[in-house]
Amino acid sequence: MRFAVIVFPGTWSDGDCYYVLNDILGQPTDYVWHREADLSPYDCIILPGGFSYGDYLRAGAIARFSPVMESVVRQAQVGKLVLGICNGFQILCEAGLLPGALIRNESLQYRCQWVNLRVENIDTPFTIACRQGQVLGIPIGHGEGRYYADAETLARLEAEGQVVFRYCDADGQATAEANPNGSANNIAGIVNERGNVLGMMPHPERASEALLGGEGGLPIWRSIIEASAPSAA
Amino acid sequence: MSVSQSFLDQIALSWDEYELIVERLGREPNELELGMFGALWSEHCGYKNSGPLLRILPSEGPFVLTRRGAENAGAVDIGDGLCVVMKIESHNHPSAIEPYQGAATGIGGIVRDVFAMGARPIALLDSLRFGPLNEQRNRYLFEGVVAGIAGYGNCLGIPTVGGEVYFERAYSQNPLINVMCVGVVLKEQLASARATGAGNPLMLVGADTGRDGLHGASGLASRTDPHARYDELRPAVQIGDPFLEKLLMEACLDLAHNHAEWIVGIQDLGAAGLTASSLESAARGGSGLEIDVAKVPRREEGMTPYEVMIAESQERMLIIVRKGHEDDVKALFDRWELRSTIIGVVTDDGLARIREGEREVARLPVGMLTEAPQYSRQGVPPAELAELQAFELDSLPDETEPGSALLRLLSRPTVAGKQWVYRQYDHHVLTNTADGPGGDAAVMRIRGTKKGIALCTDGNGRYCYLDPYAGGAIAVAEAARNVVCVGAQPVAITDCLNFGDPNRPEVYYQMEQVIGGMAAACAKLGVPVISGNVSLYNETGGEAVYPSPVIGMLGLLEDVSRRCPMAFAEEGQEVFLLGGGLEGDASALAGSEYLKEAHGLVAGRPSIDPDLEVRVQRAALEAIGEGLATACHDCSEGGLAVALAEMCIGGLGLDASGIKTGGRVDAALFGERQSRIVMAVAPEAGERLAEVAAAHDVPIAHIGRVAGQRLVLGSYVDLPVAELAVAYGGGVERALGT
Repeated sequence: MRFAVIVFPGTWSDGDCYYVLNDILGQPTDYVWHREADLSPYDCIILPGGFSYGDYLRAGAIARFSPVMESVVRQAQVGKLVLGICNGFQILCEAGLLPGALIRNESLQYRCQWVNLRVENIDTPFTIACRQGQVLGIPIGHGEGRYYADAETLARLEAEGQVVFRYCDADGQATAEANPNGSANNIAGIVNERGNVLGMMPHPERASEALLGGEGGLPIWRSIIEASAPSAA
Repeated sequence: MSVSQSFLDQIALSWDEYELIVERLGREPNELELGMFGALWSEHCGYKNSGPLLRILPSEGPFVLTRRGAENAGAVDIGDGLCVVMKIESHNHPSAIEPYQGAATGIGGIVRDVFAMGARPIALLDSLRFGPLNEQRNRYLFEGVVAGIAGYGNCLGIPTVGGEVYFERAYSQNPLINVMCVGVVLKEQLASARATGAGNPLMLVGADTGRDGLHGASGLASRTDPHARYDELRPAVQIGDPFLEKLLMEACLDLAHNHAEWIVGIQDLGAAGLTASSLESAARGGSGLEIDVAKVPRREEGMTPYEVMIAESQERMLIIVRKGHEDDVKALFDRWELRSTIIGVVTDDGLARIREGEREVARLPVGMLTEAPQYSRQGVPPAELAELQAFELDSLPDETEPGSALLRLLSRPTVAGKQWVYRQYDHHVLTNTADGPGGDAAVMRIRGTKKGIALCTDGNGRYCYLDPYAGGAIAVAEAARNVVCVGAQPVAITDCLNFGDPNRPEVYYQMEQVIGGMAAACAKLGVPVISGNVSLYNETGGEAVYPSPVIGMLGLLEDVSRRCPMAFAEEGQEVFLLGGGLEGDASALAGSEYLKEAHGLVAGRPSIDPDLEVRVQRAALEAIGEGLATACHDCSEGGLAVALAEMCIGGLGLDASGIKTGGRVDAALFGERQSRIVMAVAPEAGERLAEVAAAHDVPIAHIGRVAGQRLVLGSYVDLPVAELAVAYGGGVERALGT
């Protein structure tokens, strides 16, 4: 399968995502500059972390107007996989591909730390290689990662199984202490209704090698590859 | 004479220097010309007080690729066709006036120094010194500086992986903010900052030029006591735009790596703006240059040539383009939506000619500007030094409650864990961080190789205050010891030297002695200083900071997977102390954190035995290299007891119930004798470790065994690990009252 890693001015996890996909997992991967218009050759589109356009105005608010975003929306509509990580999640919310918003952390400070995520739904292309309730250790690195949505939206996300990852402790309990940024319902990652667009604040590309402290991100990458393999149908 | 005292004050030149300029030039300089002299003859650019002293530091070695001061940063060959580029720099004065922007633009400046060499920045470290946190203004400075580093560094996507923070009254008026950047580049892609080849155009790239940062190098960094006039001086602090810097970095790296044939050199604009960057690159190339200030894009109207030439607007680079490739280079910057403008040309007459349109506004020989006068002064030991050193440490009562003393030490912000700081810094981005902040040294893997590099900063100002020579040597020794503790061979140093006013003989004495001690230790350990920075005039009302050398150390690991952790990893491991035993000699309390905490004293005479230091480091490296060590940590602030507590905080306790101290308990547990390393090994490896120690003639003592969830030290300390963790983990937050 073929991956596109989108590069906006100010993106900085592009190289990290590329390295995991191309060098560690051996998947054909291209960097795609934000001015490109055609994403049709790709099976999965990654919107990586960073500070696109400096996150001036509001995180992701300017990037959503980049030329490439029209194509991202089109590919999402035809069912291609789209994964937004950190700033990528913020951009997907700004672009209306995912509901809700990411606001400033409750601490009002940037947070860089390892967190635990509980897998809430394994019936998505991003989690089929996970176990229900599996706890994944993955780092976060953000200042605006507090997931917010109105009560109705939250209820719908919960009811439809669109909450895919929740911050939890090492035992899988979604406690207030385990919530690093004050996200509603400890939400760390959600999918759209169709299930082909995932946004998550934690960085799976930073947890894909034992040398760097853990491999909690690998089940997510493996799910994507497995979901797209012909045998998975 | 037409020049006024107030103008000379503003540009920090003396009358003697003015007369020297007139004599060398054979005429009186105009205002712009004089301003250019002020900028380039500032301590920051011209090293006029520190230059002669710095020459004694060893700067060469088989792997060193740059001459000291010859480029924007130093470079060393690490094999596999790669080199590491690094530099440390201070942003003390700006941060004292505007902590967020001062620290942020400090990061911006040091990062530009590294990518100007074509190197991809892969790590930042920050060495910070503030006054005690019980004062509101110090909390404001500390929080602002940390937020500024986070705000700028996180946006750039460069991990901040290490550093240190000290809190000490001597830094209340003059905080020290030293930032270090480390980059990696293929050896053949290493770029230079030389302007050569008459006719090659000079291209200014990045931000427009405004009136921000006028007189930063000369006005802020070259005088004492700016603080009385915060509001007045705030305009001399620059404002950072990390997003623009990120674009500039990517564009310059693209240029250096993929289109090197289009350019001759890359130079960043930092202190003294266009003046320093253009003239330093011309001087390196032995060239002249011509600049038309009318071509420099402005963000304000009505700027004079003088303002354009010395403004320190951030996020600008000077590209020396190879003639004929102007359009290629411009197209590359256009892609990154960066403005690029040709503002001048390299010449071969050795003159710096500044024009405003058709009108020539300055004409000076390049060499005259870049060769600042060098002063050697006579140092005099501070009056109180002899008395401080002679203080009878043995006259103090011994500690009767070592357990509570340990908890108090662990809580002190200087000793305590710095999670409050580093959780605000992205330390994972770029996915090279094998070990981030919190240990003896950070370890970064080098992609495409088995190698790793270890990085740390060190420098205890209190030791340097009490014995500047020993303190300088200890700073180097401890930095080397820290990279040794993770299993890395010390390779090279970048240093930032922070002192008071060099015109005072006491301060000059401290400079001489500290640099002398550093030079001796560098020679002994075989580690050259490849780059650095000097910050003087860190004093207010005659009260200088402690003499504070900060050593940024680079260590090399041939196999990153064989690095050694700090925390105890496994029950049943045997724990040893290399380098000295438990004899509690009062002299070990000299300059210690314990002495300050328990007795409110800064006294005694710290010392180091450089030969023992070398032997201890060699023994430790050999033991780690053989795979004997499962945990390793050096003894520093807080002594042996704090070192052992830090190794327990991973979760596993230590049973050292059998130890007995000789002499004083406080000195044995909390004394800060140098050259000591704690190491844990498997039970069957203990004998081999003893052999290694003996082969290097290093004293070794068995301390105890990793066991349970308590730290037990003889009859002195018996505490649950959880209680140590609370004291250590929350020390900074409690002091901030958050």
